[in-house]
Amino acid sequence: MNILLMGNPNVGKSVLFSRLTGTRTIASNYPGTTVEFIKGSLKLGQEQAEIIDTPGTYTLEPTSKAEEVAAEMLKEGDLIINVVDATNLERNLNLTLQLLERPVPVIVALNMWDDTHHRGINIDTVKLEELLGVPVIPTVGVTGQGIRELVRRLPEAATPKVTYASSDERWAKIGDIVSQVQSLSHRHHTWRDVLEDLSNHPVGGAVFALLVLAATFFVIRFIGEGIINYVTDPLFNWLWTPLLMKLGLALGSGGFWHDILIGKLINGEIGYLQSFGLLSTGIYIPLAVVLPYIVAFYFALGILEDVGYLPRLAVLMDTLLHRLGLHGYAIIPTILGFGCNVPAVMATRILESRKERFIAATLISIGIPCAALQAMIIGLVGQQGMQYVAIVYGSLFASWIIIGLILNRAVKGFSPELIIEIPPYRFPPWRVVGEKLWLRVFSFIKEALPIVLGTVLVVNILYMLGVFDFIANIAAPVLTGLLGLPKETVVALSIGFLRKDIAVGMLAPLGLTAKQLVISTTVLAMVFPCVATFVILTRELGARDMLKATGIMLAAALIVGSLQNLIL
Amino acid sequence: MSQKIQLALGQMEAGQTGTIIQILGGRGLIRRLEALGIRPGKKVTKLSSMLFRGPVTLRTNQTQVAIGFGMANKILVEIDTSA
Repeated sequence: MNILLMGNPNVGKSVLFSRLTGTRTIASNYPGTTVEFIKGSLKLGQEQAEIIDTPGTYTLEPTSKAEEVAAEMLKEGDLIINVVDATNLERNLNLTLQLLERPVPVIVALNMWDDTHHRGINIDTVKLEELLGVPVIPTVGVTGQGIRELVRRLPEAATPKVTYASSDERWAKIGDIVSQVQSLSHRHHTWRDVLEDLSNHPVGGAVFALLVLAATFFVIRFIGEGIINYVTDPLFNWLWTPLLMKLGLALGSGGFWHDILIGKLINGEIGYLQSFGLLSTGIYIPLAVVLPYIVAFYFALGILEDVGYLPRLAVLMDTLLHRLGLHGYAIIPTILGFGCNVPAVMATRILESRKERFIAATLISIGIPCAALQAMIIGLVGQQGMQYVAIVYGSLFASWIIIGLILNRAVKGFSPELIIEIPPYRFPPWRVVGEKLWLRVFSFIKEALPIVLGTVLVVNILYMLGVFDFIANIAAPVLTGLLGLPKETVVALSIGFLRKDIAVGMLAPLGLTAKQLVISTTVLAMVFPCVATFVILTRELGARDMLKATGIMLAAALIVGSLQNLIL
Repeated sequence: MSQKIQLALGQMEAGQTGTIIQILGGRGLIRRLEALGIRPGKKVTKLSSMLFRGPVTLRTNQTQVAIGFGMANKILVEIDTSA
């Protein structure tokens, strides 16, 4: 049996889903967190039921790609749990009544029930159940209240099959229902209202946004550096290094296995950024340099998401983003890109037009460095002084804007206006923040670590075979002529296709000047997406547009790199 | 007695409340706004607008919605003036 969770965006379907199935998913306080369906299972008596979390939709007549996914899924459902935001009954019932017209049994979960009390909303659920003709169960996804009752009453799901001649008739019916079941009482102005008013204000909102972003950067750097200085570096220096040295002696301090596992010794010692063995650099970069920043970034992002700040940022950024052929909501995939470009490109589905999706995905691939790359840039370029890191970020930001301005004119198609619901501020539910953080960090370890190790292995083998010398000689004119980089850097640049963090690591032993480091890391960030992003770009844009996007990246990287070489 | 003043939502002052009379747009726009609960007969309060013809934030029922400036100017509102 297939059970679909359907409802408006941001009503808590994903939280209910993880409650029902025990599967962890990513839930946030903004519309459009889920852009594709996710399956899990639930034991119902003797039967095993398949539960499917769908992207939120306001209506069954889809207006975006994510909504299309939801409408398509409807065909496969045997039962629908319609998740309704209890604080917003009228608008949510529009979808409910549309669902009740279909020949599929429906049960209603009246979610965010706890919020109705704060907001002075009283709903007569018995009456609502009677008027709709299907079971209505009050639930609170984040605490689990009402979930057991929901599961117990699943078999009672009903198919009233009432149809309405027009949407006006449907709205009239909704008005009638709401007036019978809901009463509002006075509520006090709270801290939430004050903050909401502040972030809506055009000037206050901008100041507030700068404060939020500054605080976010500070928190990320504080946590990231904290973990590196107090956890991962001590662990590696005091525990791992002695072990590796012993292993090195056992391997005879040289030879094939020594070079593969431990790598070259630097002045008789292991240099974690330079030795390039599987067990030295291969483990150190992902776990000791990148992981701390992944944890820090996703912790900060999780809080921003769950508080409900991102849609407000979208409103604030709308005017600027329109110049780039996007609208405000594109800020959400963009921010996700600072973690990893893969989910970011997938999240471009929340944008309505093909033009917007192409521009957003291309700009993310060019101008938004992922957390792994950033951690390495801060680690390596930062050694020369933070002003050089600032030049790298500044160049990326400028390219992001300029390429956006150009693409907006060059790409055919339309960019629709912004239209989004702004969720109320909510105190982040720590369970949701924690689970989301764990899920994202775990998927980094699971998906990135094997690729990192594979990349280090490939690098070692290609070195031994002398392939790199060959490539370096071919690329020498472009690199030295245009970019002012030694020809060996081409090796790092091409390895960037596999993993960008390792690629930056490969720059470390080359003894580059600060200027050369700035140029090579900027080019590395812009030139190609890594292989994982490549796959997703192809899937989301199609092969043709992916090739176009790649051409733009190559050209942009060469131009920006050459300019840096001339100016710096 | 109340007077009748009609304004486009984009022209309203922040904090003003009124009733939507008409949406001057194609079926697509009407449907998308309707899905968010913005339709003729509803009370709306304009909360704010961003500078440089940026988006307009409004409240209907308990929901806050932000819409583009162009869209906001297609929504005709009769302003409540209690006198």
